[in-house]
Amino acid sequence: MSERYETLATRIHERFGEQMSRVPSSCGELTYELDKDNLIEVATALRNEAVFGFEMLMDVCGVDYLNYGSDEWTTNDATDTGFSRGVQRGPVILDEADEFDGKRFAVVYHLLSLQHNFRMRLRVFTGTSNPPMVKSVVDIWNGANWFEREAFDLYGILFDGHPDLRRILTDYGFIGHPFRKDFPLMGNVEVSYDADEGRVVYKPVSIEPRTLVPRVIRDDNRYAADLKDANDG
Amino acid sequence: MAEIQSYTMNFGPQHPAAHGVLRLVLEIEGETIQKADPHVGLLHRATEKLAESKPFNQSIGYMDRLDYVSMMCNEHAYVMAIEKLLGVQVPERAQYIRVMFDEITRILNHLMWLGAHGLDIGAMTMFLYCFREREDLMDCYEAVSGTRMHATYYRPGGVYRDLPETMPKYQESKFRSKKELDRMNAIREGSLLDFIEAFCERFPGCVDEYETLLTDNRIWKQRTVNIGVVSPDRAMQLGFSGPMLRGSGVEWDLRKKQPYEVYDRMDFDIPVGLNGDCYDRYLVRVEEMRQSNRIIMQCIDWLRDNPGPVIADDHKITPPTRVEMKDDMESLIHHFKLFTEGYCVPEGESYAAVEHPKGEFGIYIISDGANKPYRVKIRAPGFAHLSAMSEMVEGHMLADVVAVIGTQDIVFGEVDR
Repeated sequence: MSERYETLATRIHERFGEQMSRVPSSCGELTYELDKDNLIEVATALRNEAVFGFEMLMDVCGVDYLNYGSDEWTTNDATDTGFSRGVQRGPVILDEADEFDGKRFAVVYHLLSLQHNFRMRLRVFTGTSNPPMVKSVVDIWNGANWFEREAFDLYGILFDGHPDLRRILTDYGFIGHPFRKDFPLMGNVEVSYDADEGRVVYKPVSIEPRTLVPRVIRDDNRYAADLKDANDG
Repeated sequence: MAEIQSYTMNFGPQHPAAHGVLRLVLEIEGETIQKADPHVGLLHRATEKLAESKPFNQSIGYMDRLDYVSMMCNEHAYVMAIEKLLGVQVPERAQYIRVMFDEITRILNHLMWLGAHGLDIGAMTMFLYCFREREDLMDCYEAVSGTRMHATYYRPGGVYRDLPETMPKYQESKFRSKKELDRMNAIREGSLLDFIEAFCERFPGCVDEYETLLTDNRIWKQRTVNIGVVSPDRAMQLGFSGPMLRGSGVEWDLRKKQPYEVYDRMDFDIPVGLNGDCYDRYLVRVEEMRQSNRIIMQCIDWLRDNPGPVIADDHKITPPTRVEMKDDMESLIHHFKLFTEGYCVPEGESYAAVEHPKGEFGIYIISDGANKPYRVKIRAPGFAHLSAMSEMVEGHMLADVVAVIGTQDIVFGEVDR
């Protein structure tokens, strides 16, 4: 990580102390996690205080950490039965659950400072509430409006204080939040034209979900932190 | 005088000036817009979710289909995000090729924009002129990747193959005389670089032609000057980038400020507008085409003198050559592994942004160490621009909505993703 970013990190640490915790990065990017209760205070300071000057919010995105780090293909005899039958799919968690794992949904903000030429990333976990909720940053960066609508549409994350939180990308009358990891890739409904009724009708999907390439995680020693240092040294 | 009541009007989704599938619900008082509510998502294909279900390399082709008039720039951001996570070094020649094709793509995009924007507000000829030049650039795409649009040419670690020594030529047919055929193939006799160089020598003259038609044209100015004015503060507040931000007078270009690949070695200028209206954004984009032309010329010179590899030699990430594969066991294994399982990317997250013709196009990848990305987020510049539509058209006339859609350079492939 460059010296400039280390200076910024020091300043952030001095200003916010324990409010923000730095996440280590392998590719020289500055990432912080913070509590959702502190979001508005920190975001306002990052935007308005001259030493930070993050006047632009480039991106807001939702993340669902449900299956993070899980392997889909743990069976040993999958070659007998073919790829997709050997795949183990993650458990389906109903949206009606009383509460979620506190580390399941997160909102990630990408900030850009034009005057100092800095980028940084903030990550806020939404906590256990169902529906997940964080405070809206539309009043701080007006450009967040549609990005938050998108995160609401795709992940069902509510943004408290958003002026117009409607669905944006999915169809009128869509049910569910399609980018959640427990939402099937194929979707739940398909549309077709019904000649008898003379209109387009919704039906449950007729395609079986298939996995062409299973998700695997290989232990690659080239990227292991202790070995990497040994090789470089 | 009869009392005029405000009413709501539907614009699109199938309107020739809506640049695809934009549905606008307009609240109008007389002919003055009070509020515009864009309804997007009609082209939503869940690209991000699809990318999460495929090995990294299989999603490069999806990137072409986001902003389908600036294909290679989309790929560029995606492969850069993966390269950041993998920590792979791209050979210098590949970096020059990427810069050259990014700039070709910028000209492609701006030509499409200029033609469509002109057509929307009454300059029919522009469309024909622009598509004449676009055709040649499409040929460059075809020569290098085999397809005219959806190239899938950039790969993590470099580009798929080196620039070809021959250009594809027009074939004989009963509709073309021998003389006509020779004329069409005359500039295609040399290598791809010769073809691009010939284009670059011709292109500034073409831009002069466009400017003769538009820049001082009274009708063009009436339609664009003082339309859709955005102040620099508002532009930053709304998350604008690219020509939309520069048109408002903010000097910000990732190619200069956060240079990637070999942009720091290129000599070019950043045009900046003064008033932040549609006319200034027009001037900025036209000047950008000239500057892109300069960059391409510099790349051609370098590429002629410096042959070399165009893709990293790490066969854990890049496929071995066909020849190696035929008689080397290890290459065969690498090939098999790469095209079935793909490669695993170390755990972590990265955000790679490029100066896309439309603004800052960013790809945010979260990897959990698997052969597929855990989360891919596409930061599309058009999405942020379109969200400011209501603010930009408020108080303008109905016909100006079309001018503002044009000036925002909206393409629904990237807005809806």
